[in-house]
Amino acid sequence: MTIASDAPREALIAAPPPVTAAAPRRRRTRLTRNRWGYAYVAPFFLVFGAFSLYPFLYTAWISLHKTSLSNINGGTWVGLENYRNLLQSEFFWNAARNTLTIGVLSTVPQLCMALGLAHLLNYKLRGRTFFRTVMLMPYATSIAAATLVFAQLFGRDYGLINTALEAVGLDRIDWEAGTLSSQVAIASIVTWRWTGYNALIYLAAMQSIPGELYEAAEIDGASKWQQFVHVTIPSLRPTILFTVVVSTIGAVQLFGEPLLFAGNGTTSGGSSGQYQTLGLLMYQQGWSNFHIGQAATTAWAMFMIILLVVGAYAVIGRLRARGNR
Amino acid sequence: MATLALPGADNAPLSTPSDDGSGRRRKGAGGKNTTAGPVTYVLLTLTALVAVFPLYWTVVAGSHTNSEIAATPPPFLPDASLFTNFRLALEQAPIGKAILNSVLVSGAITVGTVFFCTLAGFAFAKLQFRGKGLLLSLVIGTMMVPTQLAVIPLFMMIAELQWVNQLQAVILPTLVSAFGVFFMRQYLVQSLPDELLEAGRVDGASTFRIFWSIVVPVARPAMAVLAMLTFLTAWNEFFWPIIALTTANPTVQVALAGLGSGYVPQQGVIMAGTLLGTLPVLVVFTILGKQIVGGIMQGAVKG
Repeated sequence: MTIASDAPREALIAAPPPVTAAAPRRRRTRLTRNRWGYAYVAPFFLVFGAFSLYPFLYTAWISLHKTSLSNINGGTWVGLENYRNLLQSEFFWNAARNTLTIGVLSTVPQLCMALGLAHLLNYKLRGRTFFRTVMLMPYATSIAAATLVFAQLFGRDYGLINTALEAVGLDRIDWEAGTLSSQVAIASIVTWRWTGYNALIYLAAMQSIPGELYEAAEIDGASKWQQFVHVTIPSLRPTILFTVVVSTIGAVQLFGEPLLFAGNGTTSGGSSGQYQTLGLLMYQQGWSNFHIGQAATTAWAMFMIILLVVGAYAVIGRLRARGNR
Repeated sequence: MATLALPGADNAPLSTPSDDGSGRRRKGAGGKNTTAGPVTYVLLTLTALVAVFPLYWTVVAGSHTNSEIAATPPPFLPDASLFTNFRLALEQAPIGKAILNSVLVSGAITVGTVFFCTLAGFAFAKLQFRGKGLLLSLVIGTMMVPTQLAVIPLFMMIAELQWVNQLQAVILPTLVSAFGVFFMRQYLVQSLPDELLEAGRVDGASTFRIFWSIVVPVARPAMAVLAMLTFLTAWNEFFWPIIALTTANPTVQVALAGLGSGYVPQQGVIMAGTLLGTLPVLVVFTILGKQIVGGIMQGAVKG
């Protein structure tokens, strides 16, 4: 809230003196010392402070209270009890485990394929624009639409994938009912939506690698594969780290895909919670069970997980950088 | 949640969005000299098929009944039943209203975001004021806050304001974007010559007048890219709308979420409804896809 309230106030105080007929030189200094700057950046901080930062911090406060959705303003202070309950809850650990496996199943293949795809797109191609645009179509498809289509494809009775399995002599799979199968299916939705997008990010970074590096490698007799491993990958490292961080943050908050995978928007994530994620658990606690305090606790736990994982990446990145030196 | 990439410091101006990406400019870079072999084309074509197939299947499945979809071999062409299923989907879910709402919501968010981000981007690029560097780092820092985790107090807030099921509840919180501010700043730093601003000053124009008649015309190409990306993100926004709205006054995503809730879900109707809700963005994407690709690549981190 501090950011939001400070910026506009400063802007009001800092209103510039009325324009008078001043010498051009004075006007010049006024442009470089222009206090309207505060007014121009104020809307961003105002909206962000009111609708993002303040609620985000207030979530921590709520997590220390026993509060229900029907009585949102009158909660009782319970200290860390919600956190203790959360850590003892099997639902939390189940959701955390599912979030982790779905996260790994979606992020790792997605980014590896994106890297390979970017490499292919980086060749001198006919129909380059066409390929790039088509790769991005899944990104333009919404989570809801993509999930409904994939739920159809993975359907037990009417799904195309089971029809195909049967056609080649394999058994039908009840994708939604199994733990691993449902998680693979959900991970495939995420992978489908984001691979092309990440490929374009990698492609943009690949195109800014100086050509001399490849020429030098070629002179040293490096094969195409060696060039990819020893020139392309190291040059992309900051971009790779960036996409890993962004995908991780997205994976921890995964919500829409497991919510809609059964088709009817149930918050339990399958009959035995086999694909309930932390995001879904938070929604269930808050909007199905009306325990706002518990939901806030889960939200804050998710934030801690994000901090931990991203912090771990940073440490690993630093250690690797030191090791390379 | 919007997961747009951070623009790098060495962004080239995006003044030629019709140019096919940034490839030609950097001729000779990164294996560009190598012409693709047949294997590359085969792999890329396969990937393209995987990217497009689920969308195509929406059209096919939208044209058939449950048992037709499950037949061996399955149908591979759409037919006129698609329109019957369109009608059924429109009866079962408020998709017409949802599309109208989504146009309003995404339009308002796009106009607001582009305007406020250009304003702030201009201030960060060209105006001097105390604490500017700190404020700019704060803008970038806000991208690290997972706002999806802030929905609980946000919901309490709109419940207090009696905005549940009101469109402003989904418009206002997404009216600015840190990515947009940074994107516009990077563009204006490079593309807006100081001399142009000085000329406006000498003519005695106010700062806002300078913004409106000098900065905005220069910023237009970047504003167009930001507008497309913002509209796409806003149209597809899922998490917050599903909490703030109900099927009584839904956006497309909220309506789609309610589509499959029948006791015996009719796959064809669900798919037809999904198609209706996705068609507007797919049409926009088909027309502007090249520019959207360019925008994402120009907004990407450069190593």
